[in-house]
Amino acid sequence: MQGETAKGRQGNQKRGDMTAQWVPEVFQTLLDNGIGQVAYVPDAGLAALIEMAQAEPRVTAVALSSEQEGVALLAGAWLGGQRGALLMQSSGVGNCINLLSLTQTCRFPLLMVVTMRGQWGEANPWQVPMGSTAKAVLEQAGLVVFEVAEADRVAETVAAAATMVFNGPRAAAVLISQRIVGAKTFTAAATVTGQPR
Amino acid sequence: MSDVRVDDSRSDRYPLRRREVVAALLADTEELLIVTGLGAPSWDAAAAGDRDRTFPLWGAMGGAVSMGLGLALARPQDRVLVLTGDGELLMGLGSLSTVGSQQPANLAVVVLDNERYGETGGQRTHTARHTDLAAVAAACGWPSTWTVSEQTAADELPARLWSERGPRLAVVKIAAANEPLVMPPRDGTWLKERFRRALQVAPHS
Repeated sequence: MQGETAKGRQGNQKRGDMTAQWVPEVFQTLLDNGIGQVAYVPDAGLAALIEMAQAEPRVTAVALSSEQEGVALLAGAWLGGQRGALLMQSSGVGNCINLLSLTQTCRFPLLMVVTMRGQWGEANPWQVPMGSTAKAVLEQAGLVVFEVAEADRVAETVAAAATMVFNGPRAAAVLISQRIVGAKTFTAAATVTGQPR
Repeated sequence: MSDVRVDDSRSDRYPLRRREVVAALLADTEELLIVTGLGAPSWDAAAAGDRDRTFPLWGAMGGAVSMGLGLALARPQDRVLVLTGDGELLMGLGSLSTVGSQQPANLAVVVLDNERYGETGGQRTHTARHTDLAAVAAACGWPSTWTVSEQTAADELPARLWSERGPRLAVVKIAAANEPLVMPPRDGTWLKERFRRALQVAPHS
């Protein structure tokens, strides 16, 4: 896997591939932008990024019970003079909506990095509603949305968003396509109950 | 089966008055960084004297403790107080668990618990029945949690809040009665910049 180009893996990679090159690039971009708090609800596509945040002494990694907490947490961090980033999968976008009124009313900066599900090769239909509406929902809530579907462009997209966020201040989200992070694989051995096989 | 019969009007008879509790709590605390939850806790803090280092929420229900956590992590050298109500905290109950994981020693939460949604007509919250917010915080790993329901304990609260190991959470059982409205400024951008200037935070950082 390591010798392959990111592009060559698109569309058929397993979610949570820890060797993906975009991960350390994005983490370095966060450090370059002075991010001091990384708040997250886990996603397999973010697992390596979360591990890097946990291991980095310049960063406080904050595991959240729900994504909405992260919106308020990072507003509090900004009150105290610290920058943050909020990581989640697309299903978490819906959990944030009312708290985004804090961001918009007070013009807090907010940098969201969202790994998509329900979008490309998704085997769980329950992921599709938020996967197909996350972008529109965020735009309706007033965020600038950047979509990226190529692994070698994730870091530059996060950098572009961060520049806009912290010079605004304003709120922006980077949506990382499921083509980059891969679809979750449900194993063939999984038992499916209650239906004819 | 537990006995679910409960006197859910008992807070009509609680002796502690929210304005007196908050006035005592905020006296001589000019350096304290304060986030107030929406509704009456924001009015109580304003009644005690609006100040630069208070950020009153007018919305974002359920976010007060999380906002205080982000501030406490960003300013480990400062004491951070979240002053909120039972309804506001119930909407963000998971944030107690998040604080339990982070263990910020400089964070205190005081819940003004009147067992009511005071801004919407006084409907009962779950604390009017069986939910014990101090017990919830304790179960989430907060080192110090307690409930204050009479005057002697209320008098001890301001000193005890910072002598107990943090993060600490005190639930103050207060009378259900609403107090006269005293409102802080409501322009969020202005409140945010006022707070940051008080801390001498540079723009863009």
